[in-house]
Amino acid sequence: MAQTSNVKDSGIGKYLVTYVVILAIAALQFVLAYQHIDGSQKFFSMLAIAFVEAAIGVLFFMHLSEENRAMKIFVGIFILFVLAAMQYSWPDSFRIILGAPFSSYH
Amino acid sequence: MSHATPTLGGHSTALVEPSPFSIPSKKLAMWLFIISDAMTFAACLLAYGFLRNSTPNWPTPFEGITNVAIMTFILVTSSLTMLFGIRASRVGDTAGTVRWMLITVLLGVAFAALHLREWAGLIHEGVTLFKNPWGTALFGASFFCITGLHLLHVTGGVIALTVVALRVKAGRSGAVDVEVVGLYWHFVDLVWMFVVPLVYLMNLAH
Repeated sequence: MAQTSNVKDSGIGKYLVTYVVILAIAALQFVLAYQHIDGSQKFFSMLAIAFVEAAIGVLFFMHLSEENRAMKIFVGIFILFVLAAMQYSWPDSFRIILGAPFSSYH
Repeated sequence: MSHATPTLGGHSTALVEPSPFSIPSKKLAMWLFIISDAMTFAACLLAYGFLRNSTPNWPTPFEGITNVAIMTFILVTSSLTMLFGIRASRVGDTAGTVRWMLITVLLGVAFAALHLREWAGLIHEGVTLFKNPWGTALFGASFFCITGLHLLHVTGGVIALTVVALRVKAGRSGAVDVEVVGLYWHFVDLVWMFVVPLVYLMNLAH
């Protein structure tokens, strides 16, 4: 165990708080699944909750909050690109289901 | 006059640029892997969302959330035990590190077992990659591909955790190695946070 990391040691309390918060957010998703709301509204709400959950996980479970500024910017920019890539073809999927001539409802 | 210039592989250390991120190279390599792997999962989930949104007769076969809730609880808890392992490794507690890592391995195995049991149930109901009894055949293909890719990552993580734990016990791996494999394990947990709402909770039978 000769090697050491540059990241500061975090207390168990901080880990436990993060764990409880993530479990609570996950529970919120499960509760939301049984709400009688519009499908797209449910989808975007769940996705937003998942992003918050993942952000807490990256910052505190993966210790990004304790890394230096350059590392935070580096990871942050890539995460933004991943999130952007996840969104760019939604309009086309709506076009397929709603738009002529390929609409499934025609 | 002679200067005692430190050398690295025959070159002056003045030529070696310090890391701008102030982290060990192994850890930077793992972050780069995680970023590229996140893009893989993003592509899969995007393709799934595209199909789900543009297919009117998409099946909603999941009757309850008990199994997926237990799986989520196990995976998030395994991230906590991994953190305890990382913390133990930072203070040089070898026994504690190995113990917490093996607990994490057991939780990973439990998660995989529950996942396989769920797969077996769906296959028993007639869901395969190419057909299912309820609606579009794309459901089985997308469900098994996304959850299968995640299960593959869990299996890889369980193997990696076991190897690193044994190496730590033998004194051949250190705190950085534990932290690097921990980063991977947390990433597997984070991906599950997106798989659950998109693949399971949006397909609940009402």
